[in-house]
Amino acid sequence: MEDFKLRFYTNFIKDDRYMYLVKGLGNTLMITFLAVLLGIALGFLVAIIRSTHDKTGKAKLLNTICKIYLTVIRGTPMMVQLMIMCYVVFGKYNINKIIVATLAFGINSGAYVAEIVRSGIMSIDPGQLEAGRSLGFSYAQTMWYIIMPQAFKNVLPALANEFIVLLKETSVCGYIGMMDLTRGGDIIRSRTYEAFMPLIAVALIYLVMVMALSWLVGKLERRLRTSER
Amino acid sequence: MSVNGEVLFQIDNLCKSFGANLVLDHISTEIRSGEVVVIVGPSGSGKSTFLRSLNLLEMPTQGTISFEGMNITDKKTDINKYRQKIGMVFQHFNLFPHKTILENLTLAPIKLLKKSKEEAEAEARALLKRVGLEEKENAYPAQLSGGQKQRIAIVRSLAMHPEVMLFDEPTSALDPEMVGEVLNVMSDLAKEGMTMIIVTHEMGFAKEVGTRVLFVDEGIIKEENNPEDFFGHPKNPRLQEFLSKIL
Repeated sequence: MEDFKLRFYTNFIKDDRYMYLVKGLGNTLMITFLAVLLGIALGFLVAIIRSTHDKTGKAKLLNTICKIYLTVIRGTPMMVQLMIMCYVVFGKYNINKIIVATLAFGINSGAYVAEIVRSGIMSIDPGQLEAGRSLGFSYAQTMWYIIMPQAFKNVLPALANEFIVLLKETSVCGYIGMMDLTRGGDIIRSRTYEAFMPLIAVALIYLVMVMALSWLVGKLERRLRTSER
Repeated sequence: MSVNGEVLFQIDNLCKSFGANLVLDHISTEIRSGEVVVIVGPSGSGKSTFLRSLNLLEMPTQGTISFEGMNITDKKTDINKYRQKIGMVFQHFNLFPHKTILENLTLAPIKLLKKSKEEAEAEARALLKRVGLEEKENAYPAQLSGGQKQRIAIVRSLAMHPEVMLFDEPTSALDPEMVGEVLNVMSDLAKEGMTMIIVTHEMGFAKEVGTRVLFVDEGIIKEENNPEDFFGHPKNPRLQEFLSKIL
């Protein structure tokens, strides 16, 4: 027990080492939050273009661009994309790493969100589009008022899952020299030569965040479900 | 019932094909204000496609449709404005499941006719009362029976004050004991002078409420007549055969 206390002290309290975790967590949350926003924006845009093409045959060129985007992003590892973003795209510029990481993760997440949302849009009965159009709504209005709210509800669990994956995936940020939560724990390990304490702490923090996120989504899902019966 | 109103629809040589499959084969007819036109025919005959062409849910491949003298098949026509004047009731109701009954009725009037929420709701409540569903305004579509859903679908269209109502097999997806309640609403509507075009298999209704019956087969109007002669003295052999099977 005494030993545990001492190890806790050297790993977290001494020299304010817990600050590595706090600062790292701050960066992890910041990147995840911004990347989720970017991912949603990109994902919905791509999903709408793709499903509009599937349903009406319009927007051929845009659809092709979207397909290339999906193929490239989903066909290469996240870590490679992150390093390309940092050392190739922004290699010559001294730019805030948070922005670099946000762009890389947001663009990556957008590809997965796009396919999730598109499956949601395609799962809505075509009769809904016809009903909206027959009342006089334009295609865009029907999408906005009638199709998207239903599609969003259907894909919410899958979407939440994607964001949980994203949160954990930001742990590769260390590869571009950023201090995220994982890197913070690793720095402590390099100072104290002890793996157990800092790494278990890092794992626990991720776990708590994921559980909180799942709980929130469950609540939202139940609220949206009230219209079913 | 006045059947001698002005011409609403003027349809000339309407054709529609899906790939190599010709579904409508040079259909020409006119539909006047106040008419209740019932379209019957075997399945796959093109009767639904014809009805859906009238509000451009199906784009004609050839021919023209004019509504009140305006060519709606012209690319320059504002389809959305035009569709506001044409109510449509579907076989599968197509209510919006994520909205309450009241919201189903008020969505289009508020967004498209720019009515205030209060005005649209007051009107919606009056419509609900008319079909005996006023206590369902806060329910969701999933909580209603098929017959109730279809009555809501009818008043959802009526909330836009259409000049014509199109019905695409409105009772085909209903349990038999619910068919009556929907047909009653439609009869009342016909009595009020609404112009209606109805695709249906309810021959009794066609006889009673229709002012004209069209027999569509193989994409062609093979016979059209008043209900009495249509059912009493059919001339076309295909129609005779069709009627003998279902009556």
